[in-house]
Formats: sequence, C-alpha cells, structure tokens
Amino acid sequence: MSSQTRLATISLSLLALLLASLVLAVIFGPADIEPVEVWQTILHHLGLIADSPVSRLRDAIIWELRLPRVLAAAAVGAGLALCGAVMQALTRNPLADPYLLGLSSGASLGAVAFLLLGASLLMSLGAFLGAGAAMALTLLVTQLLGGATPTRAILAGISVSALAAAATSFLIFWSATGDSYREILSWLMGSLSGVVWSEALLVIGTLALTGLPILLSGRALDAFAFGDTAAATLGVDVQRLRWWLLGGTALLTGVLVSVGGAIGFVGLIIPHVVRLITGSRHRVLLPIAMLLGASFMVWTDTAARSMFAPRELPVGIITALLGAPIFLMVLLRYRRIT
Amino acid sequence: MSGLIVSNLSVTLGEKTILSDIALTAMPGSMTGLIGPNGAGKSTLMRAMLKLTPLSSGTITFDGTNLLAMPGRARAQLTAFVEQSGSTDSRLTAREVVMLGRIPFQSVWQSMPSPADLTEAETALAAVNMTAFAERLFHTLSGGEQQRILIARAIAQQPRLLILDEPTSHLDVHAQLITLDLLRGRAQAGATVVLALHDLNLAAAFCDTLVVLHDGHLAGQGTAEQVLTPALLRTVYGVEATLLQHPKTGRPLIAYDLPSRLRMAPPNSD
Repeated sequence: MSSQTRLATISLSLLALLLASLVLAVIFGPADIEPVEVWQTILHHLGLIADSPVSRLRDAIIWELRLPRVLAAAAVGAGLALCGAVMQALTRNPLADPYLLGLSSGASLGAVAFLLLGASLLMSLGAFLGAGAAMALTLLVTQLLGGATPTRAILAGISVSALAAAATSFLIFWSATGDSYREILSWLMGSLSGVVWSEALLVIGTLALTGLPILLSGRALDAFAFGDTAAATLGVDVQRLRWWLLGGTALLTGVLVSVGGAIGFVGLIIPHVVRLITGSRHRVLLPIAMLLGASFMVWTDTAARSMFAPRELPVGIITALLGAPIFLMVLLRYRRIT
Repeated sequence: MSGLIVSNLSVTLGEKTILSDIALTAMPGSMTGLIGPNGAGKSTLMRAMLKLTPLSSGTITFDGTNLLAMPGRARAQLTAFVEQSGSTDSRLTAREVVMLGRIPFQSVWQSMPSPADLTEAETALAAVNMTAFAERLFHTLSGGEQQRILIARAIAQQPRLLILDEPTSHLDVHAQLITLDLLRGRAQAGATVVLALHDLNLAAAFCDTLVVLHDGHLAGQGTAEQVLTPALLRTVYGVEATLLQHPKTGRPLIAYDLPSRLRMAPPNSD
C-alpha cells in the first residue's frame, strides 16, 4: 500500500538522518576527527576490536566528551518530543508540552536551591527532586479539584508552575552572586554542557523503560481524539491510562530536565511538525516524533557548543530561536490546509 | 433472554435522584426511542447502560450477560455509542475516524490495521454511503456527513447493541431522514438500536418501541400508538396536541396546538 510505503520511507530516512547526525556531531568540533575514528573508538570500547589505531587523546575526546553528550542530546530530544506528543493528546490541547504539569519550574527551583546551598554537583539531583515534588503537588491539586480531567490538570500545573517560579526568583534575588548567575541562567535556559556517561545512560535507560510502554499505548491515545466518553466506549480504561501516562511522562521528563535543564520548544513543535507529515495516528506519530526530536536536539546542541566556541550557548536559546518561527510556520500551514 | 433488559435502575448524584426505578427492554432487530423533555434523564440512562455513569441500583443485561460486569474491551466489542455532538481537534481523515471503531479488536502489539480491520472499516463506510469521502479530513465535512462517519465508526465495532444520543440534532431534514433510515437498516440487520430523540414525529415514524422519561421516572413504554396520547403529551411535555395518522405510512403524526396569543405575548413592561 502506498501510504505504508511512504511511512516506511519516512521512518527509514529519519533513522538514517539520526545515525548520520550522531556521527557528524561527534566529528564536529576543534579536533578534526575522522568518521572512521569514531567507529574505531566505539568498536574498541565495546570490546569488538582489541587495538584501536586512534590516539589516546582523540579517543578521550570522542569517548569521554563527545559521545555521551551527543547520545544524551539524542535521547533528550526523543524524550521531549515523545512527552510533548503524549501531553497534547491527553489534554487535547495543541499548546501542551512536557512541562505542562509544573515539572520544569519545579526542577528549576530544585536545581537553583541546591546550587545556592553550595551543592552545585548535585544540581541534577535537586532538579529531579524538584520536578518530582512539583508533579506530586500538581497531581494532588488535580485530585483535590475533582479528578484527572485535562482542564484541571492544566490549571493545577499553571498554579504550581507560578508558585515554583516565584520561589526560584526569590532565591536568585536573595542570594545569587557573580558567577552563580550565569550558571543559573544557563541551567534555566537548558544546556547539555558537560554531560557524562552516567547521565547519558540514565536518560537513555529511562527513555527505553518508559518509552516502549508509552509507544504501545499509542492506539489507546488515538481513542482520545473524540474525548473521554468516546475513548471509554472504545474499551479504554480512561482514568487508569491517563494516570499511568501522566506518571510515565512525568518520570521521563523529570529525568530529562535533571540532565539537560528546561530545554524549551522541542516538546511543543516536533509533534506538530510530524503531524503535518504523517497525520495524527499515535502509533505512527510517536516513534517518528522521537526520531525527528533526536536529530533536532543533536544538531541544536552541536550548534550550541560550536557557534561561539570556546564559549557555550545554552541550547535552550537555540531551540527557542528556531522553535518560535517553525511553530509559526506550522500554524500557517495548518491554516492553509484546513 | 435476548436483547437489552434494564431493570430497577436508579442513578443518584449526591443528594439528587437523576433516574429512579427504570425498567425497559429492547429486542434485537428493533429500534427503541428514548423520548422526554430536556433534563428527563435520557442521556444519563444511556450513559448508565454503557457504564459511563455509576448506578446506585439496578441491573443491565444484554443477551443474558451482565453488561456492567464485563471488562471495558469486551463491552466495546458488544456495544457502541454515538455521542450527541462528537468533535475532534485531531487531523484525522474520515477513514481514520471509522478505523477508531476497530480499537477494541486490536492488540497493543499490532502497529498497522489488520486485513479484517480494513474490511470492516470499508464495509462501515459503505453502509453509511460515505466511501467517496474516505480520504477527506473529518473536520471539513458537513454536520450530516460527520454524523454518518461517527455512525460508521460505531458500525465498525460490529455492535449488537447500538446506542445513540440524539443522532439527528443539528441536522437538516434530509440528513435526519437519511440517518434514521440508516439506523433502521442496522436494526433490520439484527442489531438492537436504542436512541434518544427530540422529534416525536420522527420517533413515531422510525421506532418500534418508545420509552418515555419524565423527571427521571418512566412515564410510558410501548408502541408509538400506545404511548403518544394527548394526555401523555400534556403531562410530560406540557403541550396540547391532536394525534393524526400519516396519510402514506399510517404511523401516528402529532399536530401541536399553537400556544394562544396571550401566552406568546412578551411580558408587559409595567
């Protein structure tokens, strides 16, 4: 069938794009690395070839600096796109993104608090705890408002976000000095600078664990197209699915934010771009959004570290800079089609 | 016992009783119309049958099986529901909307529709005469076309019990007749069709049985001839009417008395 051939072509092209992006992003930078050296280094560290012809310094640049960061970028991009698409479906709100439940504001508060307490090495932990606390508070407020409906969850998320943002601003105003300002700003904008293997593996592992069940729930998400009642009469356990998807995306987003900060726009725009290409069926939309999100994040992060090298730009600035016009283009295109 | 049997059904919301002691039966191959004024409890009754609203008492069986005790997926393979105004923000084609009706039959591991899914979706599209519109985006269709696609989605579930909440509201006369004729066809094919209707003349023309709800109570049940009496219309709807016969079909036809000029006049300003 032609539509299936088209989907297969799109998926394979995006997969090829992602693999090429990964290799190119590792090569890209001040050390003039050859593609073959990347593969040799990877195979060497995986124990598949005994002696690598790559010098120790270049090996370290590839294996310790570039690879974990590039892989983390891909996983963060895939995760944000996935969570964004799920949140948009669950809330039936095209403006929804992974941070809707107050996760990013909570994470920011946690990270800034830990930083100002002098525990800057534990910023990621602080961010994760903050995201978790914000999500718990949002879900609690949602429940107090009368149960998990889209509107209640959004309203609860907005109030928790506002509260956490106020607390963050207060902390910065009260105690931040000199250097910590830039560090805080960089974190608030989102940045993958200095990602190490343990963080990359954490993101990839969480993505694998939560991503597969979320992908498999794609058809149940389709059932939400006409609202909760329609989903229920199509055999979907609406409340259970909604709680479990909220929990799953929140856990994943919490981990993403703890490693990369609150990188904006990826979770919002990637699902919209993919919908224009493939339509709204989630069994197709979700995996393709993950592939595109991964490539997008790899390229924006590469730009972030090389545009003003040796200085690093927070990648969130670039995603916002690209994201805003892309979002406008998507909106205009929607208008033309409908 | 075959067909739908509702007995002793009550629904309370907090202190308020929405439905009280409702009993009705609907046979396979028949069309049952739920009628009654706004707020009489028609929608609540239908939602209760589909376990969308909890009952405070009562049982609902279909072909002898307890509808409320079965898993949601099994219930979705047996029953289908068409909401009063189904709308979506998703960009789905008509065929994709119809394909949603196959969800209860698809496993989570299945990434593409099976040949059976495709066949059922095409059959359903053909049943509502919308095959030519299959590739159109749902939200670009007219109200009547959307309603037919939503009915096709329900048909794709191959339901033995088909429940519809005012399927003809917001439709023009032609679309109303097409829609009801289509449902009549489903009933003739063996389905049990239960639908809420506001237009009593349409209900009398198309339904085998009418169930009248009034303030959450059962106010009558039977054929149109038995149920639609001037006395009932006065009590339940507060209207005066004369019962006629359709000159061609012989079905009951209601001619409403117009309210007097006095009652129509706007309230005096002094």
